[in-house]
Amino acid sequence: MDARTLSPETYFVESQPYYEAVGQEITIFDAAYANRLPILLKGPTGCGKTRFMEYMAWRLQRPLITVSCHDDLTASDLVGRYLVRGGETVWVDGPLTRAVRAGAICYLDEIVEARKDTMVVIHPLADDRRVLPIEKLGQLLEANEKFCLAVSYNPGYQSVLKDLKQSTRQRFIALEFDYPNADLEARIVSKESGVDRATADQLVKFAHMTRNLKGNGLEEGASTRLLVHACKLIAAGVSSVVACQAAIAQAVTDDAEMLKAMYELSSSLF
Amino acid sequence: MQTTPFSVAEFIAILEDLLEVEFTFHKVEELAQAYERFSATEQHYFLGWIRRIATTNVEVAWRFAHRAPKAWAHMDERLLDAWAVHAMDAYDRKGLRAAFKVIDEVDQFARLSHAEAVGAVFGEIAGVLLTFVRGLSGRPLKLTEGDASYTDSETLFLPPVIAEMVTAEDNFALAKAQVALLWAQTRFGTFRHDLDELIAKFSDQERALRCFHALETIRLECCLARELPGLYREMLRLRETLGQSRGSAWLPFEERLVHAIGIEDTIQLLPKAYVTEMPPRLCYEGELRVAAIRETLAKRQAREKMLLRIKLRELIDKAQEQPDEGCAGEKHFEVRTIGDNESLEMELLLDGQPIVPPDDMRQMMTSIVLDFGGIPPDYLFPAGDGEYDPRLLVGSLKDPDEVWQGVYHEDGAFLYPEWDHQRQHYRKNWAVVREKTVTPAPIGFVEETLAHHAGLLKHLRRAFEAMRDDNRLLKRQEDGDNIDIDALVEALTDVRAGHEMTDRLFTRMQRTERNMATLFMVDMSGSTRGWINTAEREALVLLCDVLEILGDAYAIYGFSGLTRKRCEIFRIKAFDEVYSTQVKERIAGIQPQEYTRMGAAIRHLSQRLLEAEAKTRLLITLSDGKPDDYFDGYRGPYGLEDTRKALQEAMRAGIHPFCITIDREAHEYLPHLYGAAHYIVIDNVKQLPLKIADIYRRLTVR
Repeated sequence: MDARTLSPETYFVESQPYYEAVGQEITIFDAAYANRLPILLKGPTGCGKTRFMEYMAWRLQRPLITVSCHDDLTASDLVGRYLVRGGETVWVDGPLTRAVRAGAICYLDEIVEARKDTMVVIHPLADDRRVLPIEKLGQLLEANEKFCLAVSYNPGYQSVLKDLKQSTRQRFIALEFDYPNADLEARIVSKESGVDRATADQLVKFAHMTRNLKGNGLEEGASTRLLVHACKLIAAGVSSVVACQAAIAQAVTDDAEMLKAMYELSSSLF
Repeated sequence: MQTTPFSVAEFIAILEDLLEVEFTFHKVEELAQAYERFSATEQHYFLGWIRRIATTNVEVAWRFAHRAPKAWAHMDERLLDAWAVHAMDAYDRKGLRAAFKVIDEVDQFARLSHAEAVGAVFGEIAGVLLTFVRGLSGRPLKLTEGDASYTDSETLFLPPVIAEMVTAEDNFALAKAQVALLWAQTRFGTFRHDLDELIAKFSDQERALRCFHALETIRLECCLARELPGLYREMLRLRETLGQSRGSAWLPFEERLVHAIGIEDTIQLLPKAYVTEMPPRLCYEGELRVAAIRETLAKRQAREKMLLRIKLRELIDKAQEQPDEGCAGEKHFEVRTIGDNESLEMELLLDGQPIVPPDDMRQMMTSIVLDFGGIPPDYLFPAGDGEYDPRLLVGSLKDPDEVWQGVYHEDGAFLYPEWDHQRQHYRKNWAVVREKTVTPAPIGFVEETLAHHAGLLKHLRRAFEAMRDDNRLLKRQEDGDNIDIDALVEALTDVRAGHEMTDRLFTRMQRTERNMATLFMVDMSGSTRGWINTAEREALVLLCDVLEILGDAYAIYGFSGLTRKRCEIFRIKAFDEVYSTQVKERIAGIQPQEYTRMGAAIRHLSQRLLEAEAKTRLLITLSDGKPDDYFDGYRGPYGLEDTRKALQEAMRAGIHPFCITIDREAHEYLPHLYGAAHYIVIDNVKQLPLKIADIYRRLTVR
């Protein structure tokens, strides 16, 4: 199949993404969306935040515009800028402006990574004004009533300098995500990768072992995403221990001793 | 090097010198004869060790010299090295008697010699195994070298060398199996029953304990077979390789325990096992030491009960702070286990509502569950007001000065290794470092200094302001926030003139961060008394002033000490402290103390520096001379080599060390310590305040 080209505001999630609710997050998101409240997703990497957003976009039948924030992301990257085209300057909307106009869900991933000046445009959008100031055009853009702002943030590993400010976080409805409990996680892993339940259980056990090591030489334990990766390898015929090493151990650390210890753990388990 | 061996007479002379026969009156003639048969290389090797050990203790060296020739018959270099180092470690830690014991029991060391090359040496496997055991669930366990494989329920002990198997891989596997089995004891409730009480019923208690241990091992094997099947297969393989089995008399027990649920099943079988023939100890079985367990258990359970109840109280207090919660009446805690019997996942309920306990509390709950199989109801009553002394909570935060008022102990201090260049090995936990603060002095000194150097300061401030990284507007970029009008006009003219149009038409705001942390390590030794001390303080005042302009993260610590047992680090400004009046008073209060044991100071402050978040880390030492300490041999090459080693450790960790000194002879030793370009000598003390800020600027400028 040829790759399709889509403009951001026409990117609809067409088939239902697989998502298992851990708590009340779907109900809360629904209620927040109905009341036009912005949403903050907290939680470690790979625990299902992005998948949840895809699921909600499908459920609400809105286009999903995702922006992964990085430390060079400025307000203009979100709002838009003038470009030069054939000797003329032309205004081009940024992803946030597109979402505001089209009534899409705009998901800013890892919001704390973005530069501080982005807050200037996020704040008026995130409270009851729901307007986007476009400074360079001298305009205020009122948000489409179907527009929804969601941001994510990982309280775990960022430095103190990159903490989310109270003035920002107090504008959002916060949903906390964590790795699902063992039973649910095994179900998710097995469903996503197609391995049998017993293998999934073992893999989840291994993930718990790595999570026990958090703070003892590991910055972060294995995420659900990594488990799915490992299980996909296993489903494709790679042996369990090798899959754990390639998909999980090597992904979370470079430290030789830690790798060896994780090898010992996985070879004990299978 | 000499190619012919020493004659007996020559050897006597050397030994007399090394073993200080003049004072110790050891007879070396016989000893020298024992070495006559060795080649020159071998003689040198032995003499090297005797010399190295003699720098630690002459008596130990003498014993070593005595034993070594015989031991050599069944040892090779690696094992003999390990033996000698082990003996010196024992001396460092426990004294002469312990060192003699190691030397005298050389046979025990040698016993392992057939597999010496393949033995799993504790120091080499501890790191991996500790991580391994931490990864398994449950209480965070510690791993230490001991005389056998056993646990006290908090620490796992392993022997120095495990060498029962033929290959290195198998020996490591055996060590891993031992660790896993000890872990299983803590994880699956071996200690949930009072073992003293249990074996008291039998006439031969030792036999009862042994049988209990054997039964428990069977039960735990079954647990491991379920939890860690890979490891269990490995254990069976090891047993098979060694041809070990429990014998047919124990088969019924093995069958009975396959589906065992808990320790009760083991206890039930004990009377029957007691009258059965005792099984051999399996290779991974280790020992069960009731006394060690009893003591640790009692201490931990009292502590955890107290802490948990205090934490519950804190949770209630926090819940009541939230106004909408409504603090209605009695608070009742409950714990619900999720999953099956042995699951450690649990939920804490307050009045029926689940609440999320903080991490440390969750860990404590896990530990309690391991001990009791659940959380006993009386643990779930929140502590009442004043029921426990809050001081009991802060065990480790003792006043560092208090230590010296009572009996000597090393509580609450930081322990660092020290490099013994003669031994060519670290002395473990050798330097005892404590962190203290400086007694503040009136702030007048700071103001006087600022006034005195007003002219210089103005100049410095300007220089530092220029270094500050403000946002820079980059022009003619391919991509950016705004259009660069100049570039656009030019580009359009180009197009009209028929040239190609450039795509560099934008401006972009470039924000650069210095992202640098610097720790100043100030010599507070007695030799700085007078002018040097004043110059140091003045220098710090000026430095702080301009660093505040620059906004770089910085910290200032002083160091001094007397012997290895008392290395003192004086906190003047930590990284997270602001340049406040208190800091100024502390700078004013810097007073010369005693000696300079630099290695320990560098190691400790490197740790502090590594905790600071920055891309570049700089450790700047202000010093007035060589490392030096009182009496215990730190002066001279020992101190220099230790300092050099400490600096190498720091560099490996990504720290850039630099030294500013006023010692004119520094050219002789500083290149050896810091490298040729990483130090600067200031001829005139009075220039220190004038120069230091400038040096910092040159060091950190891009």
